[in-house]
Amino acid sequence: MAGADGDDSLYPIAVLIDELRNEDVQLRLNSIKKLSTIALALGVERTRTELLPFLTDTIYDEDEVLLALAEQLGNFTMLVGGPEYVHCLLPPLESLATVEETVVRDKAVESLRKISQEHSPVDLEVHFEPLVKRLASGDWFTSRTSACGLFSVCYPRVSSTVKAEIRQHFRTLCSDDTPMVRRAAASKLGEFAKVLELDYVKSDIISLFTALASDEQDSVRLLAVEACVSIATLLPQEDLETLVMPTLRQAAEDKSWRVRYMVADKFSELQKAVGPEITKNDLVPAFQNLLKDCEAEVRAAAANKVKEFCENLPEDNREQIIMTHILPCVKELVSDTNQHVKSALASVIMGLSTILGKDNTIEHLLPLFLAQLKDECPEVRLNIISNLDCVNEVIGIRQLSQSLLPAIVELAEDAKWRVRLAIIEYMPLLAGQLGVEFFDEKLNTLCMAWLIDHVYAIREAATCNLMKLVEKFGAEWAQNTIVPKVLGMANDPNYLHRMTTLFCINALSEACGQEITTKQMLPVVLKMSNDQVANVRFNVAKSLQKIGPVLDSNALQTEVKPVLEKLASDTDMDVKYFAQEAISVLALA
Amino acid sequence: MAGPGGDMQWCFSQVKGAIDDDVAEADIISTVEFNHTGELLATGDKGGRVVIFQQEIENKSQPQFRSEYNVYSTFQSHEPEFDYLKSLEIEEKINKIRWLPQKNAAQFLLSTNDKTIKLWKISERDRRPEGYNLKEEDGRYKDPNTITSLRVPVLIPMDLMVEASPRRVFANAHTYHINSISVNSDNETYLSADDLRINLWHLEITDRSFNIVDIKPANMEELTEVITAAEFHPHQCNTFVYSSSKGTIRLCDMRVSALCDKHSKLFEEPEDPSNRSFFSEIISSISDVKFSHNGRYMMTRDYLSVKIWDLNMENRPVETYQVHEYLRSKLCSLYENDCIFDKFECCWNGNDSVVMTGSYNNFFRMFDRGHRRDVTLEASRENSKPMQVLKPRKVCAGGKRKKDEISVDSLDFNKKILHTAWHPQDNIIAVATTNNLYIFQDKPLTERTGLEGDTGTTMSDAANTTSTDNNGDSGLNGSWVGWEMNRGAAWLGPVSLHSQPASGPAPPSGGRRRPWWGG
Repeated sequence: MAGADGDDSLYPIAVLIDELRNEDVQLRLNSIKKLSTIALALGVERTRTELLPFLTDTIYDEDEVLLALAEQLGNFTMLVGGPEYVHCLLPPLESLATVEETVVRDKAVESLRKISQEHSPVDLEVHFEPLVKRLASGDWFTSRTSACGLFSVCYPRVSSTVKAEIRQHFRTLCSDDTPMVRRAAASKLGEFAKVLELDYVKSDIISLFTALASDEQDSVRLLAVEACVSIATLLPQEDLETLVMPTLRQAAEDKSWRVRYMVADKFSELQKAVGPEITKNDLVPAFQNLLKDCEAEVRAAAANKVKEFCENLPEDNREQIIMTHILPCVKELVSDTNQHVKSALASVIMGLSTILGKDNTIEHLLPLFLAQLKDECPEVRLNIISNLDCVNEVIGIRQLSQSLLPAIVELAEDAKWRVRLAIIEYMPLLAGQLGVEFFDEKLNTLCMAWLIDHVYAIREAATCNLMKLVEKFGAEWAQNTIVPKVLGMANDPNYLHRMTTLFCINALSEACGQEITTKQMLPVVLKMSNDQVANVRFNVAKSLQKIGPVLDSNALQTEVKPVLEKLASDTDMDVKYFAQEAISVLALA
Repeated sequence: MAGPGGDMQWCFSQVKGAIDDDVAEADIISTVEFNHTGELLATGDKGGRVVIFQQEIENKSQPQFRSEYNVYSTFQSHEPEFDYLKSLEIEEKINKIRWLPQKNAAQFLLSTNDKTIKLWKISERDRRPEGYNLKEEDGRYKDPNTITSLRVPVLIPMDLMVEASPRRVFANAHTYHINSISVNSDNETYLSADDLRINLWHLEITDRSFNIVDIKPANMEELTEVITAAEFHPHQCNTFVYSSSKGTIRLCDMRVSALCDKHSKLFEEPEDPSNRSFFSEIISSISDVKFSHNGRYMMTRDYLSVKIWDLNMENRPVETYQVHEYLRSKLCSLYENDCIFDKFECCWNGNDSVVMTGSYNNFFRMFDRGHRRDVTLEASRENSKPMQVLKPRKVCAGGKRKKDEISVDSLDFNKKILHTAWHPQDNIIAVATTNNLYIFQDKPLTERTGLEGDTGTTMSDAANTTSTDNNGDSGLNGSWVGWEMNRGAAWLGPVSLHSQPASGPAPPSGGRRRPWWGG
C-alpha cells in the first residue's frame, strides 16, 4: 500500500483535514470532534501558526460545528504547546464569543474560563484581560454579553490597578443600553460578587444590584432576584437589613408577576441566605402573600415551595408559624381555581405531615388530602397518591384507605390512557404500603383488568407491574393469585390477549423461579406454538428464548427443542426467523 | 424636520420592479420594511420571496445621489404548502417582515406567511478556504500515495458574497392567519398575532410559544370581532397593543398576568351617530397599528382615516386625519368591488412629526402633525425622472373640477398603495405600488431653487382635501440632466426586483374576501 515516497500514516489525517471544509455538515462536525488528532499530527508549531488561524475564520459555519469547536478549544492547551502558549487559543474563542447563537457563545465563554486558569498571572494581564476589555467594549451586544461571564475568572489573579478597571467595566455593562447585556450582567452579578473584596461588595455591588433590581425592564429585574441569594450569603448578618432587604421586599411586591414568580421560585435559597430572624419577620408574610398572589403562575411556584419553606423554618417556633400563618393559605389553595396551582400543592403537601406530627396531620392535613384525592383534575389525585409514603410514616395509610380506593379506581378507569399509565406506575408502591391482604381484596382485579386494556402501552405497563408485584409479594403469592389468571388468557379468542399471556410469562418467569416456570408456564407456551396467528407463534419463539435460561437442561432438550425446530420450518418468515434465533441463542442446534 | 406639505419637497429617487403593465401575481409586493439604521430595506412579495436593498455609501462629490438602494440579497423565504389534515392551501405570500436589532456583523429578520414564521440571517462572506490534501482545487483527486506532508487550508479573499440562511422556523402555533409579528424591546421575545390569538415566542426557542391573548369564543357563532394587528411598545417590554375589526385598540400589560385576555386600556372613539350606515363597522375596522418611535403615541389606520392616540387618553384620538374622505359616498361600489376590505398600512417618520399612509390611484398621503398640513403625492412611472419633484395631487370630490384636479370617478381602484415605509432617521421613503417599489427622498439642500412656497393648505381649512397652487415640478431643470448622464441607465432600465422567475406556481387569484365574522 505504501507508495514510493508517500507516507500512508498521513492519509487518515489528510482526510480529516480536508473534511474540515466538506460540504456535508456531519463530516465537518466529525472532523472538528477529532481536532485533537489533527493537532497532534501537525505538531504544536503548525497547530499555532496554521490550524488556529484557519479555525478563527471559520465562524461562518453551522451552530453545531461551532459548538463542537468551542468545546474542543477548551481542552487544547497541551496541543498548542502547554500553558506557555495557551494564549494562542484566545483569537478563535474570541470570535466564537461574538456569534449570535447563545449556546455557542456560552460554550466559548466556558472554554475561555477554563483556559484562563492555565494562563500565568503575567499572561493573564498581557493577553486575557485585554480580550475581556475588547469584548466588554465591543460594538455588538453579543460580545458584551460574553464579557460578563469572564470578569470573575480573571479578577482574583490580576493587580489592583487592573482590578479597578475590571470593576469599572462591569459597572458600565450593568447600565448598558441593551437589555440583553444588562441581563447578562445581572445573571453574573452574584458570581462576580463572590470574587470581590467585601468592601467592594458593599460599595460597588450593592449599588449595581439595587439599580438592576429596579431596572425598567422586568426581564432584568427578575434576574436580580437570583443575585440576591449570592449577595445575601456574602454579607454579614447585620448588613442584610440595610443592604439587601429593601430590594428583596420590593421584588416580592413587584408590579410584574414574572419578578414575583422568580422570588417564589427562589424562596428556599433566599430563606437560607437571609437566616432565621429575617425569615420570621419578613419572609413569612412575604410567602403568605405569594401563596395568595393574583397570578396563578406565582401561586403555583409558591405552592411548590411550601414543604421546603416549612422544613427550613427555625425549629423553636416552626409549628406555631405553620399552624397560624402558612396552613390557612394552604387550605385556600386546595380549592384554588387553577389546576396547576392545586397540582403543585398536591406534589408537596404530604410532606407537611412529617413536620407537623401525627395529631396535627389527622386533625388538619387529612381533610386536605381527602379533598385533593377527590379533586376533579387527575394530576392532583396522582400527585397525592405518588407521595403517600410520607403520610404512611406518620399516621399509617389506613386512615386514608377509605378515600384512597375510590380515587385509585377512578384513575384506573380514566378515559385518558396517560392517566391510567401514571396510576399503574404507582401500583407497586401502593401495594407495598397497603399490604398484601388489602391488595388482594381491592386492587388485584384492577391489575388484571389492565392486561386486557385496548391500549398497548397500558398492557405493557401492566405486565411490568405484575413483575414488580411478584418481586414484592413472592413466588408463592404469584402462583396462587396471578399465574392462573395470566395462563387463562392463553385461550382468549383475541390474539392480542393471547400474546399478553406470553409477555407476562416473559416478565414473570425469572421472579417466579424454575419450578413454576417449568411446571405451569412452559406447557402453556408450548401449546401456543400451534396458534393459527403467526404473531402469536413467533412470540412463542421469542418467549422460549427468554425463559430458556430459567429452565433446566432436560426440559430444554426434550420439550423446547422439538417445538422450536418445528417453528423453524414454519411457513411464516418471521416465525422461522425468531425460532432460528432462539435455537442459536439457547445453543440447541 | 420640515413638513411634507410645507417647506419640504419630495423627489423621485428610484423605482424597482418590472416595467411592463402585465403584473405577475407572485411579483405583487406584500410588505416593505427598513431596518433599524435604514441602511437596508426589505420587501416581501406574494411569491414568498424577500428582496433586500442596501443603501450605497454616500457619494461625497455628488451629494444629491446619497440614497441609492441596490439589491443586496434575494431569497425564497416561504414556499406554497398544503395542509393535508385540514385540506387547506397555505400561500407563500409574505405577510410581514420585521428586522431584529443588530447583534453582530450579520443582519437578522423575521418573515411570516399565514402560518409559519422564519428567522433569517443575512451575512457577508469575503474569504474562502483554499487547499486540499487529497484533491486539487478543481476537484480532481490526487493519488493518496503521493502525500508527503499535511496541508492546512488557508483563507483567501474572494468577491463579496451575501448569504441568507434560515436559522429558525417557528411553526404549528397558529390556527388562523398571522397578520402581525413584532419584536420586543427586551431583544429576546417577539409576538405573532392571528385573527383570534396572540402568541409570545422566545427568539431562540421554536418548539413552544405562549398564548397570551385568546379571543376565540367557545361558540364560533358568537364571534363578533377579530384581531387585525398587534405591536409591542418600542421601549416598555411589558406593553403591547392589538387592534380589532371593531375599531378598538386594547393595550395589555404583561406584568399583570401571564394571560393577557384582560386588557389594561381600551382605546375607542364613540361612533358619530350621524355617520352611521351599513358600512360603519367595516370601515371602522383597523388595518394597522404603529407606536411612535418615542413610545408616547400610537397611530391606527382604518378605511377612511388615520388616528393618533395618546397612550394616556383612551376615550378619543388626539388627532384624526382624513385620508380620502371623498370615498365616503362611494362605499357601496367599493363594497361591490371588495376594495372596502383593503388593508392599508401606515408609518411614522423618524422623529414622529409626520405620518404617511396609502390610498388609491397610486396616491399616498402625508400628514404633518405640527403644522397641521397634509399632502397627496403620486407614485407613477410618469413622475420617475431622476430628482423630479413630486407634484401634489388633488382629488375633486364633486362640484366644479379645477385644472390639475382629478375627479373621484376617474380614480383607479386597482392601483392601491397598501405598504409604505419611512427611513428611521432620514427623509427617505419607500412606497410599494402593486409590483413596483418607489423610493423618494426630500430635495437635497443644494438643489433648492427658492421654491419653498406654501405648497399645502392648512388642515383647519380643509381637513379632508389637499390643494396646492404651486407648480411644484419646476426648479429641477438642468440638475437631473447631469444625473442622467452619469446614472441614466439605472433608472431607464430598472432592474427587476428578482433575478429569477418565481419558482412555485402562481397562487389562484383570490376569491371574494368578505369578513367571515359578520353576517
